[in-house]
Amino acid sequence: MPIERDARLREVQSWGDYFRFAIDAPALGAGARPGQFVMVKVSEGPSPLLRRPLGIHDAGPGGIELFFAVAGQGTEILSRKKPGDRLDVIGPLGKGFTVDAAMRGKRVFLVGGGRGIAPLFFLARELASAGAHPVVFYGGRTAADIPLRDKFENAGFELLASTDDGSFGFAGFVTGLAGREIAKDKPAFVCACGPDPMMKALAAITAEHGVPAEFSLESIMGCGVGACWGCVHRIRGESGDGWVKICEEGPVFPGERILWP
Amino acid sequence: MAVTAKGVDLSVDLGFLKLRNPVLTASGTFGYGLEFEPYFELAKLGGFVVKGLYYRPREGNPPPRLVETAGGLINAIGLQGVGVEAFAAKVLPKLRGFDTAVIVNVCGADDDEYAAVVEFLDRQEGIAAYELNISCPNVKKEGACPALSPRTTFDLVKRIKAASRRPLITKLSPNVTSIVEIAQAAEEAGTDAVALVNTFLAMAVDLETRRPKLGNVYGGLSGPAIKPIALRMVHQVASRLKVPVVGMGGIMTGTDALEFLVAGASAVEVGTANFVDPDAAVRVVAEMERWCDARGVAAVRDIVGTLKTS
Repeated sequence: MPIERDARLREVQSWGDYFRFAIDAPALGAGARPGQFVMVKVSEGPSPLLRRPLGIHDAGPGGIELFFAVAGQGTEILSRKKPGDRLDVIGPLGKGFTVDAAMRGKRVFLVGGGRGIAPLFFLARELASAGAHPVVFYGGRTAADIPLRDKFENAGFELLASTDDGSFGFAGFVTGLAGREIAKDKPAFVCACGPDPMMKALAAITAEHGVPAEFSLESIMGCGVGACWGCVHRIRGESGDGWVKICEEGPVFPGERILWP
Repeated sequence: MAVTAKGVDLSVDLGFLKLRNPVLTASGTFGYGLEFEPYFELAKLGGFVVKGLYYRPREGNPPPRLVETAGGLINAIGLQGVGVEAFAAKVLPKLRGFDTAVIVNVCGADDDEYAAVVEFLDRQEGIAAYELNISCPNVKKEGACPALSPRTTFDLVKRIKAASRRPLITKLSPNVTSIVEIAQAAEEAGTDAVALVNTFLAMAVDLETRRPKLGNVYGGLSGPAIKPIALRMVHQVASRLKVPVVGMGGIMTGTDALEFLVAGASAVEVGTANFVDPDAAVRVVAEMERWCDARGVAAVRDIVGTLKTS
């Protein structure tokens, strides 16, 4: 878990409020797993004080990619960074999605809502390398909120899109689209990242069909390293239910352990 | 080694405890210490104060537990923790391997629980001192805690001091009319030192939903926003007490820490900065050393309480 104080922003791509950063940071890229995250410093001064947790969008020996939406002051400041700018990044942190040999030859559904699509590109690549067949479900409010469609398709992944307003693809929530396909032909596994209501609905669907699923949870984080106990979620454990740190035991949890509010 | 490569003596002596340097980490911001092992060598600190311990495991408050504010952070964690038995079995054996002072922050829902925690920990080895947490604002209604009254402070400190075989540092709340009165009560009751300040009772509002931003409604404000008030309180208390003062509140840099020493603190705790940079506390040590070296200060303890007010 290095602190990379001299990571360099190499490339910025943007679609409205959505941004993709390619970052040169060999120490971070080499060991990263899909579903892990990094803590990015957005300001050198006291405001905003805290780093921002961002899911790793892709990773390789040379560095990492991030994909995020401007959602507040921190991501707004981050969005103004330019290629060549220095970034101070800690990671890779947390525990990611399961990718194992048992998935070889199997269909795995990846369900992403809005900016929650971020970790699913890296995951799709790793699943494909492991011989699995990922199918990506990508939902957003409007056609403008699913900007990574082309990226997945150009990389050869099967992708089904949805928009809440019907401006592109399936009209409705991505859970409706994924639910329809799960009912039609059960996948071996489901992985998801998105807003809590989306994941809660999907957890009900996967449980109903008996499909094992993993969900990546999001939270405000103080430190990202397990020290502040600020990012907890209600999780079922061996010794009962409790508030579990998302940064340390997650952000990815198996569906049957998550207690949704 | 007390004297550094630059020739600056960073060591401080609290009377009951000698520290390699004046920098400790604040309870609640440093986990149980082990979380920071990947980021720096813990022995480079004067010591660290582990997360507050109740006798039993404690569940903590419902989220959201954190909200960022201008130059600060409000937390309402609610002292979630593993309890003394798990701490002694799983954490403490590992902490014994670090050549630095391990201070345990002691909590209790009532006086009996504080006493039970100390009685249990007294049977364990590898603890340099206790920090008596009488000031967490997040566990009872509206921030209630023993540190809000000289009387409850005196009674609790007296009882725990008598029960404990280890030095006692009493951690005070800033949410009082006169922190000096509370500090004096702790001193009269026999505390070996006082630590101040804990967080300021605070809140944040989501205007759109008109709901509090914290699950617990109120929380404790920390970070650079509180530093000037913390400094003032440290100065007031250090000017009137005989026992040493451990100062904290928004320390982000070596110069912040040195300001607390000048105001009268014999040592400092780095808190919220640990969240921003996991290695913030060792950076503070290095920055203090550089400052002293550049100004020919041979021993950092020589600047303690040197504020010129006339």
